Formats: sequence, C-alpha cells, structure tokens
Amino acid sequence: MASLGSACLAVGLLTAAYAATASLYGARTGDRRAVVSGRRAIYCLAGLLIAATVVLQSAFLRTDLSYRLVAEGSSTDTPTFYKLTAMWATQEGSLLLWALLMSIFSSAVLFLTRRSLREIAPYATAVLAGVAGFFLLLMVAWENPFATLAVVPTEGAGLNPLLRHPAMMIHPPMLYTGYVGFSIPFAFAIGALITRRTGADWIRATRRFALIAWTFLGAGILLGALWSYSELGWGGYWAWDPVENASLMPWLVGTAFIHSIMVQEKRGMLKVWNVSLVIATFVLALLGTFLVRSGILDSIHAFGASTIGKQFLAFIAVVVVGSAWLVVSRLDSLRTTARLDSLMSREAFFLVNNLVLVGLCVVILWGTFFPLISEAMTGEEASVGPPWFDRVTTPLALVLVALAAIGPALPWRRATRLGLARAFRIPLAVAAVTLVALVAFTAAPDSPTSLAMFCLVALVLAVVVRELARGAAARRTITGDPWPRALAQLVARNRRRYGGYLVHAGIALLLLGVAASSAFMEQRDVRASPGESFRAGGYDITYERPTAAIGRDPAGTGAPISFGAVLTARRGDDVQTLRPARNFFPSRDPSTGAIGRFFEGEATSEVDVRWGLRRDLWAAIRPDIAELEPAIREANAKFADSSGDVQALVIAAIVERYRNDSPPAAFRVIDSPLVSWIWIGGAIVLLGALIALWPSPDARLRRVTSVYAARLGKELSRA
Amino acid sequence: MDPHRKRRLRLVVALSAAVLLAGALIYTSFSAATQASTPSDLLASAEPGRSYELTGKVVADSVGKDGDKLTFRVRDRDGTASVPVTYEGVVPDPFREGREVIVSGSLQGRTFVAERDSLITKCPSKFTKDDTST
Amino acid sequence: MEYALAVILLLALVAAVVARPLVLGVGDDTGESSTHEELAAAKEAKYREIRDARLDLEMGKLTPEHHRTIERELRAEAIEILRRLDVVEGKAPPA
Repeated sequence: MASLGSACLAVGLLTAAYAATASLYGARTGDRRAVVSGRRAIYCLAGLLIAATVVLQSAFLRTDLSYRLVAEGSSTDTPTFYKLTAMWATQEGSLLLWALLMSIFSSAVLFLTRRSLREIAPYATAVLAGVAGFFLLLMVAWENPFATLAVVPTEGAGLNPLLRHPAMMIHPPMLYTGYVGFSIPFAFAIGALITRRTGADWIRATRRFALIAWTFLGAGILLGALWSYSELGWGGYWAWDPVENASLMPWLVGTAFIHSIMVQEKRGMLKVWNVSLVIATFVLALLGTFLVRSGILDSIHAFGASTIGKQFLAFIAVVVVGSAWLVVSRLDSLRTTARLDSLMSREAFFLVNNLVLVGLCVVILWGTFFPLISEAMTGEEASVGPPWFDRVTTPLALVLVALAAIGPALPWRRATRLGLARAFRIPLAVAAVTLVALVAFTAAPDSPTSLAMFCLVALVLAVVVRELARGAAARRTITGDPWPRALAQLVARNRRRYGGYLVHAGIALLLLGVAASSAFMEQRDVRASPGESFRAGGYDITYERPTAAIGRDPAGTGAPISFGAVLTARRGDDVQTLRPARNFFPSRDPSTGAIGRFFEGEATSEVDVRWGLRRDLWAAIRPDIAELEPAIREANAKFADSSGDVQALVIAAIVERYRNDSPPAAFRVIDSPLVSWIWIGGAIVLLGALIALWPSPDARLRRVTSVYAARLGKELSRA
Repeated sequence: MDPHRKRRLRLVVALSAAVLLAGALIYTSFSAATQASTPSDLLASAEPGRSYELTGKVVADSVGKDGDKLTFRVRDRDGTASVPVTYEGVVPDPFREGREVIVSGSLQGRTFVAERDSLITKCPSKFTKDDTST
Repeated sequence: MEYALAVILLLALVAAVVARPLVLGVGDDTGESSTHEELAAAKEAKYREIRDARLDLEMGKLTPEHHRTIERELRAEAIEILRRLDVVEGKAPPA
C-alpha cells in the first residue's frame, strides 16, 4: 500500500506539471480544449492526493509500523484521535496536508469559475499547479511520507505528549487552510497581472476564498494561543516566538487586503496596492511554513538544520522576484484616475488602517528576523525579546482599535461635519463615562495603555451597537417590523457590512482580554507542602493533598502515570477546587531502567484552569520526584527481568509512595482578569466572518439565471 | 490649496512619519537586544554583568537543585566547552539532559545567572534526520 | 514492481480524464465574454454603492442634500454601465 501512496505523489507531480503546461498552452494559443484539460488535471490532482492521504491515515489507524512516519510519530497505545492527527506532527505529513488542501481549494475555485474569467483562469491554474507541484516535488524527492522501514519495530515512538491536546491538533490544519486559502487570490492576481485585466474581476472571484483563509488562519492562531495557555506550564498565551509571529504576519497583511479590496471594488482605487498586498500575504504564508521547518531562527520549534530549508528559500525567492517583476512591468495598467475625495471618508480610513496593519507586520518581521539582521549589520547575533515586541506593537494596536471605532461610522467618499457629530455623539459619551468609571472605581489607571485600550474598546462597542440600533430603527420606519425581525433583516440584507462590524466588536473584546490580562495578572510561584496555604492574587490557596494515578489520565492523553495535587482556592465566599497534575510518559531509552523509564520519559504539565468571565484562576504543578529516586534505582536492579505484571505492581507501589509521603511541590498560580474575553472575542470574530461570508439570496438567483442563459446559448448554437 | 499640492503634502507627511517610525524601530531594537552566544563565546569574551542569550545543549548528568534554584551546565552544540547555569522560574516540559536550550542572563563570576522564566527548551527534533526519539 | 504498476495505472486514469476535452472538444462552451463579465460585475458593484448610500442616509451619516448629490453621481455612472452592457449584448448600437 505504501507504494500506492508514493505512486500517487509521483503521478501527482506529473499531473501538476501537465496542468501548468496545458493551461499555459491554452492561454497563449486560445485553445479552450487545452485549458479545460488543464483544469481537469487539477481535479485529478485532488483525487490523487485524497487517495494518498487515505492510504497514510489508514496506516496510522492500523498502527502499521512498517511506515517510518507511523513508527516515529505514533504507537499502539496512542489514543485514536491522536493517531489520526499525528500525520501533521511530522514534516512529511504536513507537506502532504499542504498539498492536499492546495489541490482541493484549487479544484473548488476552478470549478466555481469555470464559466467566467476566461483569460485569467488558465494563468491562475498554472500558478496553482506550480505551487502544488513544489510541495509534491519536496515530497517525491526529499521527504516521502510513504517511506518504509526495512526492519519493522515492535512499537512506535508515540505522539509527542506535548501535542496531545485537541487544540494543538486542529491548529495545523487550520493554519494551512489559511495559508493555502490565500494562494487562491494570489494565483488570480498573477493571472490578472499577466493578462493586464486588473479590474475587480480577480477580486470578485476570490474574495470569498480570501475571507475563508483569513478566518481559518485567525482561528488557527487563536487555537495555538489557547493551547499555550491551557497546556504549557508558563500560563501565557503569546510569547512572540518566531513561529507564532510567522503565522501572525500573513494574517495581519491578509486583514489589510480584505479591507483594501473593498476600496478597489467601490472606487477602483488602490490596484497596485492590492496586488502587492496579496503577493505579500502569500509570500508571508510561505515564509511562515518555511520558518517552522528550516531552523534558521532559534525558537521552541526550530529544529536545527532541516533538509528542505534551502528549497523553500529558493521557491520564495522565485515567487518574490517573479511577482515583483510582473507588478513593475504592468504598472501602467494598474494606474487609476480615481483619487481620494477627502480624508474623512471610509476609503481614507481603510488606507490608514492598511498602513497600520502593514506597519505592525513590518515591526514584527523586523523583530523576528533581528538575529539575522543584527548579524549582517554588526557581526554579532542579537535578539529582541517579548518586552520589546510588546512595547512597539502596543501603540499600533491602540491606533488600530481607534480606527476600527471610527471607520464604521463614516460613509464612503466624504463625511460631513454634521454627520460625524451625530455619529459620534453617543459613542464618545460612552467612552468618556467608561474612562471616568474606570479611573474612579478600578485599578485601571495603574496601566495607562490598558486604560486607553479599555476606553477605545468601549468606543468600538458603542459604535457597533449604534450602527445596529439605527439601522434597525431605519428599517422599522419603512417596514414596521418588530425590533428582532428588523435587526435580523438588517443584518441579512447587509451581511458584509454587519458581519464586518461584528468582527470589529470581536477584535475589540479580544484586545480587551489581552490588555486586562497582561497588565493586571498576578502570578505566584511557591513551594508548598501538603496542608500549607499561600496567597495568590485575590485568592487564599490551600494545598489539600497530593494525588497519584496510574493509567487513568483524565486528560485522555494516554499517560500511564500522573502526579498532581488538589488545591482549594478561596476568595470571599467563592471556593474553587483545582487539580493540576503532571503526566509522565515512558521513555524508550533502555538505559533508564525497566522501572525507571516510566519516570524518566517526557513529562507534560496538565494545567487546571477555572475559567470565568471576570477572571481566570490558573494552576500548574511541578511535583518533586527526586525522593522517589532511591526506590526507583532499587527497583531497577531487582525487577529488571520480572514479568510485566510484577513490574506494574512495583510501579504502583512507588506511585503510592508519592501519595503518602509527599515532598513539597512547586506551584505556579495565576489570577488574571478578563482572559476569557480573548476566546469569547475570537468566537464573535468567527461569527462575524461567517455572516460576511454567507452568500446572499440575490447572488444565488443571478447565478441560476446565467446557467439558464448558458443552456439557451448552447441549445441555440446546436439548432 | 489645489488638490495636487494637497496630495504632495500628504505624501511628504506620510513619508516623514514612516522615516521617523523606522528610525524609532531601529533604535529601540538595537538598544533592547541581547546578544546570542554559545558557551565558548561566553568563556572567551563575555563582559560581566552584560545580558546574553546563551544557547547550547544541557550537559549529561549536570542537572541538580540548589534550594529553589535549578542548576545545570550548558555546552556547545558541537563541542565540550561548557558553562554552569543557575536558574529560577518555570522549567519547560521538554527540558532534560541532551536537549538544546536558550536561556537569557549574565555571567557573574564563573556562573551564568539566568533571568527568571527565560529558559526555553527546543522541542525534541522530529523534523531532522538525527532523530532523538525517546 | 508494485510501485511501477501503481504508477502506470494511475497515469492511465489521469490521462483518461484529461484527454477527454482534447478528444471530444468543448462544444458546449457558452461562457460569458470577459467584457460582459466585467460590466456585469461593475453594475452589481454600482447597485451596491447606491444601496449603501441609501443606508447611510437612513442612518444619518449623510445629510439629504449630500445624499442627493452622491446618488445623482452614482446613478449617472450606473446608466453608463447599463448602456455599455446593452452594446455588448447587442441590444444597442455603440454610440
């Protein structure tokens, strides 16, 4: 079966090459048959890659250890969910995932545009085939997912315990959907540039894909943050690690793109800017994929020199140089005569918003690549840490929220002073009241930037609420509908606008959570013995008793041994129980001893979080098993050759020791306000994006009509 | 002001703002940066008290405890020169002997005293040829 | 051996699919011309602008006189697009 998988990839590479050639030939000679043939080749590619993925996943499901990937990333005792997701924990598997998503999305967009965009689509097909072909080439030549082992091991290495968390396993497919999604508008932009058809056609056809990509990329980033917060032992959700930044940068530029294409659709402006933005977004997506796999930057994920780093860099270089040349050579067809009427217009604000977003991206790019930059400039490799990132991004984030508040209240073309006053009277009042209340009743003034953020968030929410209220009121005067129906109709008939406003509200809430939790969290690191109490933030914490469990890992990760604690946290009348633990996974290194290997393998922190709307209580434990070591060493010597059952009993006895005679353990407890609003805000962004994406009924009608027209044309031509 | 001049003015303002911000960016990053160094770099040319980002591998059998502090030695990735480190704070889950770490701090006397919570351990290599599967 | 067999089989499958249009031709090729498409898209965009302007008026972002000016401009642009559409569709001679 593995050879079937390999064959799918090899034939896939040839198919991609054919697709590109046929499409280009058809485009240059006008031969429609070649174009259609090329498009069908992309459909075949999707089929081949689906088949290949099915082959690989079935190998994982059966734990077929003759596959190198299964042996390295899975095991018979890995839970089924993680067996299925182990594919993209590996280099080869993630390349396959990229190629799979690429072929499916390409097929979708080519199917949807099969009757339109006659001139552009063939070139777009060639570009998409080229990108898919690159990933296929990587797999066929260097990183084959279907490599088999000559000697089949009896057990696999198992999925890295740190990754055994649901959020972490959906995170890569979401990110890749985002990256791949942005390749669609990129390909059509290239096609538009080549054919000099730089009107809004390519945008119209790919706008939905850009929005879908943006949504998935954002969700992927948020899931990564959620994983960091709820799985890692440090209690934070964002560390400005190069890999985190690598996914954030295309998202920022993608956000700019989504806004500025609206300006091109409405006013025909910003053509050069738009093609440049989408090219930049795609390049950053490739760069993001490359950064995780190349080892050029020190980070948690950078794994030292990898085998495909150079190839990625070469591909990115080709894309950048090729695209730049195209843009410059087509500048004449990208010029517009439309000009900004006024600075107080939605267009102008979108432009400023774009500049801020691109500015944020540039800043983050600078900081991420600083080690390389400083080495090039000064000969010394230096790096900047989270404090620097926080310092430079905070002002830009504040400006962004302010823009998000003002933009929705502005009309297109130009606003009048009276209109502005009317639009902002109430929201500014709300923001002012918020400011006064926060200063008077809370500790918010201790952090001026947080205070500013809180007031701006209030402004955004007030503007959004006002837009909804006034819009619904306007509908009511016309239709006389009751409020809920008027509101629903308003949103349904203006999905893009109100979906967008909802996204703004979600982002504002997200940043509210970020500001509050970063500025006002209280963290306590202590060593405590059972029975001891200590204070963390606003809570009195008591270490009630230690816990020790064998084979019953509550988190579902399959860990055999789990040491933890029961903590009670008291705040006034509110009492909560926390059960942080540490899971121990067996090591495969025989030098640790037959018994010892169960205590010397990977260990992960199982954090316990009491989520709340006002605050989160977060606890992690690092139990001290040093005192068990003499017993473990003794057991290693005595029971090395005993049967599995006897060994299990010995381990159970040692584990019981911990419960009865427990040394002080190290705890980290964090009391942080409003963290949950990050995830809630994210969910609202998702909802808003879905609303904006939903096709409107009249669009559906129009498409049906054009299908009838096509049929009529066909029948007429036959008669 | 005629529209042409207005546009020119906007462009000038925008460019000046960009230049200023770029300058601020460059200045703050160079002044806030910590220099990366390996143990041999540190032993050869470190300035006492200056902040460095030490990268290297944890030496086998060197991990110990000194009260609340974690002590270990860090050596060059391909070499034997090593530096003793004292560390306080969160220890990442993948931390163990033989793993690559990054830790920030300064050299005080002969010991590298690390900043709190600055220890980063690289995930065990799954993406390279020399697999160190456990 | 297995590998070569799989490759040949898959290649044959793909070839069958992609050769179909080459062999049978694309007779039912009735898509819109691209100029028509562009104009249709421009028409939709212009209608959306007019609707947005009306919504802005209802929301109080534009004063009635301001809105009247804008709507007049937009309607004129829409009429031009409709006229050019008619030309492309063959319903009117080019002016």
